[in-house]
Amino acid sequence: MSKVESCYHCGDACSQFDILHDDKHFCCQGCKTVYEIFSENDLDCYYDLASAPGVTPEDIKGKFDFIDQEEIKVKLLDFSDGSTEVISLYIPHIHCSSCIWILENLNKLNPHIRQSQVNFPKKTINITYKNDGTSLKEVVELLTSIGYEPYISLDNIDKKETATDNSLIYKIAVAGFAFGNVMFLSFPEYFEVSEYWLDQYKFLFRWLMFAFSLPVVFYAGRDYYISAYKGLRSKMLNIDVPIALGITVLFLRSFVDVAFNFGSGFFDSLTGLVFFLLLGKFVQQKTYNYLSFERDYKSYFPIAITKINTDKTEENIEVYKIKEGDRLLIRNEELIPVDSILMTETCEVDYSFVTGEADPIEKKSGDKLFAGGKLKGQAIEIVAEKSVEQSYLTQLWSNDVFQKDYNPRFQTLIDKISKRFTITVLSIATTALIFWLFYQPNMALNVFTAVLIIACPCAIALATPFTLGNLLRIFGQHGFYMKNIISLEQFAAIDTFVFDKTGTISSSQKSHIVYEGEALTEKDLGILKDSFRNSNHPLSRQLYSFLNSTPTEEIDKFDEHLGQGITTKSQSNAYKLGSASFVEAEKEMINPTETSVFVQKNNKVLGKFIFDTVYREGLVELFEELDQEHKLVILSGDNSGEKQYLSKLLPKTIQMKFNQKPDSKMRFVEKLQDEGKQVCMLGDGLNDAGALKQADVGIAISENVNVFSPACDAIMSADQFKNFNNFLKVSKKGIFIIKLSFVFSFFYNAIGIYFAVSGLLRPVIAAILMPLSSISIVAFTTFATSYVSRKTLKSKD
Amino acid sequence: MSAIYGLLAISITIAIVFFVIFVLSVKKGQYDDAYTPSVRMLFDDELVDEEKKSEEKVEKKQKSSQSNHKHKQV
Repeated sequence: MSKVESCYHCGDACSQFDILHDDKHFCCQGCKTVYEIFSENDLDCYYDLASAPGVTPEDIKGKFDFIDQEEIKVKLLDFSDGSTEVISLYIPHIHCSSCIWILENLNKLNPHIRQSQVNFPKKTINITYKNDGTSLKEVVELLTSIGYEPYISLDNIDKKETATDNSLIYKIAVAGFAFGNVMFLSFPEYFEVSEYWLDQYKFLFRWLMFAFSLPVVFYAGRDYYISAYKGLRSKMLNIDVPIALGITVLFLRSFVDVAFNFGSGFFDSLTGLVFFLLLGKFVQQKTYNYLSFERDYKSYFPIAITKINTDKTEENIEVYKIKEGDRLLIRNEELIPVDSILMTETCEVDYSFVTGEADPIEKKSGDKLFAGGKLKGQAIEIVAEKSVEQSYLTQLWSNDVFQKDYNPRFQTLIDKISKRFTITVLSIATTALIFWLFYQPNMALNVFTAVLIIACPCAIALATPFTLGNLLRIFGQHGFYMKNIISLEQFAAIDTFVFDKTGTISSSQKSHIVYEGEALTEKDLGILKDSFRNSNHPLSRQLYSFLNSTPTEEIDKFDEHLGQGITTKSQSNAYKLGSASFVEAEKEMINPTETSVFVQKNNKVLGKFIFDTVYREGLVELFEELDQEHKLVILSGDNSGEKQYLSKLLPKTIQMKFNQKPDSKMRFVEKLQDEGKQVCMLGDGLNDAGALKQADVGIAISENVNVFSPACDAIMSADQFKNFNNFLKVSKKGIFIIKLSFVFSFFYNAIGIYFAVSGLLRPVIAAILMPLSSISIVAFTTFATSYVSRKTLKSKD
Repeated sequence: MSAIYGLLAISITIAIVFFVIFVLSVKKGQYDDAYTPSVRMLFDDELVDEEKKSEEKVEKKQKSSQSNHKHKQV
């Protein structure tokens, strides 16, 4: 056999088919068609920019019919003025510069498209077109025909206006602008030379500084007063209380100084303080454009579905309008949107979205189908039993856990420290005030305000955002995407880890195949390979790539029995491949807990191929390491078939629970929390969604982070699973770094308070000490986190 | 003597102009997508090339193949 060529369009191996066209190899008809479209329209450049950039287009007949319905279209469009329409679509396949190029040249394929613009980080395209020459459906179908199928789900219809909030950027701009100008204006007075020139102009300079500080105090620093007020009202001394106090005192004292000509005021320290604090706020957020931590079932569900009316006519209706008793048509690869009863004889449903279980499940007429499954195979008819929101799976989202936004149980390090800090500072200030009232009353107020100014916890407030913000970024580079720094801080404090089984600790993509039974001859294997090649069943595909034999190409007759198996005839031999009942296997051979394909030759069962679960690389080591300091639990929705194997493989102390339903997983997590545990849940499917949300930290494991994962606090790329403990170690070190920075900033504060209490605090000292402490904390935390994570995270790569 | 007033006015005006330009550019979404424009910029050459190529191809097509003509009409 010649070497297997890879497809010119998509880069897959041309193993099943090898079509030669224009001296180029293609793996299927679809890829060849896309190539033809591009070359006829002089868009060959597509292949020059990156090699094999494409993807095989899906067969979409009828899939987007619903889109031209007026009421659905209106909800999808961004803009419409009657003739020009604008739509934004999410296209998961966008991945290289060729994609940008072809998508921005769409007008060459459809002249009615005015403009198309790609946002690469978000993987979206914005298309403007004239609707007198084309329609939304045609645009979507064009995209799909060239392999860029847009992802349209129920989420698109319910989309809330998520205008990006730029107010923080404006605030930083205002503070930075004022800070620079105030520094520049206050510089002459730092040297305290008395000169005619200085004396003449210092009032102008001072009042200008005052003017610059106004927007900083009243606009840029606004959030600190609000947060401090909220904190006080709920009787909490959060870190924003001393900050707000510091800003207010700084401003009032400076105003008084300038107004009564006592001095130049502290406008430089004031603007610098707000600028650094806001910078810390900016650094602590890291957004991953293409990831979403807030997904619910709506991201998975289709917008519309085909309903069969009583007079046998077909009609597209919105899924929200499905009523009990409606007869619905589900096509191949479509999602079952509601709990329903199957009317067609048999079908196979892939519940991998819901459970993470890769193998499709066979259903017979009259069986109940749960919402969330994807149909594999021929179209079926179903009768709806419930509406979308009331279906078993979707009901999970009506639980209270999904309403609350944050976890009130958790107290961050800064919360813990700020109370003591505020009380200490206030008592020092009061003591100093009382002392100076007796000693030298005209200095008393001066000293009191100086203490509050210098003790303003800028460095403390910066330690957490810069440490954890930097870790967030480093984790992101290593394939572990955290939602925010609070999740990261909580992650470091976790004492109980709960793992889902299928798809989390086991890989849902790979499975290990073994053959058990009478040995098969070379010829048998050849015929089997041939048979599996003709079948589209996922198990057949896996077996096709598993078998190394050469196809005999001697098949005379081939039949596929949906949901049961394959019959093949080659010369005098008849083969039956499929489920135990299909080949009539004897009871001793059947093990109900395993997935297997039986082989029968001439009415004699020879053996079976067993699909073993493959556990993730490094699982045993990870569990052994984690087990030393943490409680570990495995929660599985599956039967207990793997229990023995797992308990042999993993440490004895691990608790295992099987046959867990989505809400029982959630309740289990809740129970652990009631016992005072800090729980981290690791899961992958929609059935873990409740538990992920309930847990203090919910981590979704994903084979491909671009594909959808349920709402969670963090998304972890599956190949990083073996490094999980290293991430945990680094987070814990991060907390240690924060504590160290607190020690540093107390040291700075002690020096500052010495100056303040002794009545020696001049503006220039404040202007040096405050930025110095902030910058040194920023430098220390950034350097320390980079060093720690380089040492720990690289060691295993 | 009054030069300092003039200089102050100029420096602050310039600073304010830059500040306003920055705010406007954020508002217009210039920082929303910092990656795609960097790629898009490099395509200009490809497009010029391709227009030339297509002109040549059209000429060739007019001379020879009929099937392509049909396609153009459709």
